[in-house]
Amino acid sequence: MSKSIVTMQEAIRIKKPDAGEEMAARRRARQRRERAIEGGLLFAALMSVATTVTIIAVLLSESVGFFRTVPLTDFFTDTLWTPLFADPHYGILPLLAGTLVTSAVGLLVAIPLGTVAAIYLSEFSSSRLREVMKPALELLGAVPTVVYGYFALLVVTPALQRLWPDLPGFNMLGPGIVIGIMILPFVISLSEDAMRAVPMLLREGSYAMGATRLQTAWRVVVPAATSGLVAAYVLGISRAVGETMVVAIAAGQNPNLTWNPLEPAATITAYIVQVALGDLPHGSIGYQSIFAAGLVLAVMTFAFNILGHIMRKRYREVY
Amino acid sequence: MSAQSSPHPHPSITRRKIAEALFKVLGLCSLAIGVGTLVLLFGALVFEGVRRIDWQFLMSFPSRHAAQAGILPAWVGSTLIMLVTAVVGIPLGVAAAIYLEEYARRTWMTELIEVTVTNLAGVPSIIYGLLALGLFVYILGLGESILVAGLTLALLILPVVIVTTREAIRAIPVEIREAAYALGATKWQTVAHHVLPYSAAGILTGIILALSRAIGETAPIVTIGALTFIAFLPPAPFTTQPPYISFDWLMSPFTVMPIQMFGWVSRPGEDFASNAAAAGVLLVGMTLTMNGVAIYLRYRMRKQVTW
Amino acid sequence: MNLVESPHAQDWPKPLKAETRALSFSYGSRLALKNLSVPIAEYQITALIGPSGCGKSTFLRCFNRMHDLYAGNRYEGEILLYPDSRNILAREVDPIEVRMRLAMVFQKPNPFPKSIYENVAYGLRVRGTIQRQVLDEKVEQALRSAALWEEVKDRLLAQATTLSGGQQQRLCIARALATDPELLLLDEPTSALDPIATANIEELLLDLKRRVTILTVTHNMQQAARVSDWTAFMYLGELVEFGLTKQLFTTPSKKQTEDYITGRFG
Repeated sequence: MSKSIVTMQEAIRIKKPDAGEEMAARRRARQRRERAIEGGLLFAALMSVATTVTIIAVLLSESVGFFRTVPLTDFFTDTLWTPLFADPHYGILPLLAGTLVTSAVGLLVAIPLGTVAAIYLSEFSSSRLREVMKPALELLGAVPTVVYGYFALLVVTPALQRLWPDLPGFNMLGPGIVIGIMILPFVISLSEDAMRAVPMLLREGSYAMGATRLQTAWRVVVPAATSGLVAAYVLGISRAVGETMVVAIAAGQNPNLTWNPLEPAATITAYIVQVALGDLPHGSIGYQSIFAAGLVLAVMTFAFNILGHIMRKRYREVY
Repeated sequence: MSAQSSPHPHPSITRRKIAEALFKVLGLCSLAIGVGTLVLLFGALVFEGVRRIDWQFLMSFPSRHAAQAGILPAWVGSTLIMLVTAVVGIPLGVAAAIYLEEYARRTWMTELIEVTVTNLAGVPSIIYGLLALGLFVYILGLGESILVAGLTLALLILPVVIVTTREAIRAIPVEIREAAYALGATKWQTVAHHVLPYSAAGILTGIILALSRAIGETAPIVTIGALTFIAFLPPAPFTTQPPYISFDWLMSPFTVMPIQMFGWVSRPGEDFASNAAAAGVLLVGMTLTMNGVAIYLRYRMRKQVTW
Repeated sequence: MNLVESPHAQDWPKPLKAETRALSFSYGSRLALKNLSVPIAEYQITALIGPSGCGKSTFLRCFNRMHDLYAGNRYEGEILLYPDSRNILAREVDPIEVRMRLAMVFQKPNPFPKSIYENVAYGLRVRGTIQRQVLDEKVEQALRSAALWEEVKDRLLAQATTLSGGQQQRLCIARALATDPELLLLDEPTSALDPIATANIEELLLDLKRRVTILTVTHNMQQAARVSDWTAFMYLGELVEFGLTKQLFTTPSKKQTEDYITGRFG
């Protein structure tokens, strides 16, 4: 019986004098190749760290240049933002107000609607409806934001103007509502996940006491899912604050320090777009101002993201 | 003794059941508002824009006269940029995901990478634009070009690709890997011959979703200097002389479809509005198709997979 | 009707709180319970024993219609609740109403993420009771009945999850008792607890039966022998034997029962 497969011991026995070394050499080459591949993959993974570091570096370095000209106190207290005018002012408050008001309107829409929809999907709906709704909501969330901007300017605002005829063409209410609809799928999805994570055992305990589905959902499931729900809202805030195109198109591009959503205003993001569309020489104060504004935005969203992340970890650990 | 049927129910039950019925209506309404807007939106868009879409529209350059304006440079720009984004972003994202799922050990470095990936997923897209402006356009001197746009979007979709690829890889049971190792395969062989092929459909789904997102991104592209009015196309990738392939197009100024739509929306006047709507129809059509395909793929996979 | 043969046929519980008649149950296409006719004696403890998978928990959960929460389940036969002789499995009967008359304690303690007070008060609130005084009284009464009052009276507002496993289970018992149920259903109430907590709860049950009828599932035979008045032995969804605990454990009339009790299987 002929053997075609040669084991290492046999190879050494059959007097292939380099058999042992050949095996060792092949093994070393294999290990080198594996290590090289692993190195390449690690490099790819480190790209995300590199990106984060670069974002921080770029924002900081340009902002440092900006803050050499503009004192921090002016930046945080001046009530006008007019960096491109002959008499420039550099107060971030108007942009901040614009960002906060539009986001607040958006959240006033997204949080109640989103929570109710999520409770319905998680506790009441048939699985068939859920199978249809989840992709539908996913599609809703995939529509490009510029299209939502079109919607805000040319559909929602005119509709609102029929209710309030003095509503200006650019205002914060229209885009605010649209932002709310835009982050709705996101809020619903995260809230539903939080509620589905609540174990069935808790619900059974409630049903066993004669509670209805609504009572169980409202008195047991929602309180149990609180940290997950809050995480959903906080991450929703982060999305709303970072939204650019809807506000750039429909809220106007004039910074305006006001808390009234019926007025036009500019957000941090809209300002950056406005400047980028124009022509600013590299290194000028106007150029640097977008990085300073961007830094404020980055810090805000970073804070919300961390908060939301911590809360999500907390509810995941509990269950 | 025989059974009797129910006399009067406990009073609180009827009250509670009414409350429950009301809530169900409320819940359905909220869902309806969510989905209804999609329908309303697409309807408004189609109503305004579909009549503008014809061959002339698809093949012309933008113009001051709304009726003659077209979307040619925009969709060419979008396509070329998608090419760059895909070539750069997909391999990077998939490789990073493979590392995190198959190779990484629980060290501080792995924790750091994972935290940054989660964090980057939540960074507003305009910040990527600022990153690209500072780094690619000025420090590296690559100018306001297709290459820069492609790189920016590649970085933007990186977290999405990583997360979805990881999920796809994680779905493969450890027994398959153990079987490969037991036969003497190296880690890379296991990954290349088993893990990747089996998770390919899931990875593909993630890629489609990521690219669909990239096509619709406006803010970062505006920030790095895309133009809303452009009267020429980037140079063609193929030339008539050897070596027959040119990379000049990478450095060319450009525009993309969402920016073209943005430009038209920002101009006053009915006619530009319908141009914007037409661009919107094309954009939404593309996004919905790509997402629809991805969702369908995922649905098919779930039906097939029996581990 | 499925007759359970026992040499002591006159040892039939009286009066009855509940009774199942030819109860069968299926999940989808699988028949889990076959033709069970079991009497539940009033103000006594009835234990259900049997090997894993014999259907004891499934049987228990028929009483408060827990299976209605999941699709694809079908009941056949009747469960009668006395004194009104109502068949609680009838389609016209609202499961919520049934659950308001019965109470259940689960295998794994499942206190709500609320305060101790709110956990016990939950059943009352669900029924619409809101007066503070009434709630306070009932909560105290329930906690005393569950032998937990002394341990928690100073921290009623603390989160229920800060209690130990045994305390949590007693809290769940208090919660169940607060609504004055007619029948208390216990699904392996001590299997997740340590021996001391188990002993506490067994003692509690012996005290509780003076006030409420108890039906308990247990996979611990010694527990059944210690605690219950009547025992039903189930195997593969069928009732094999039913009788006074003392007699079933000392002189079982079926060989299967004897084999199970002496540990030859299960």
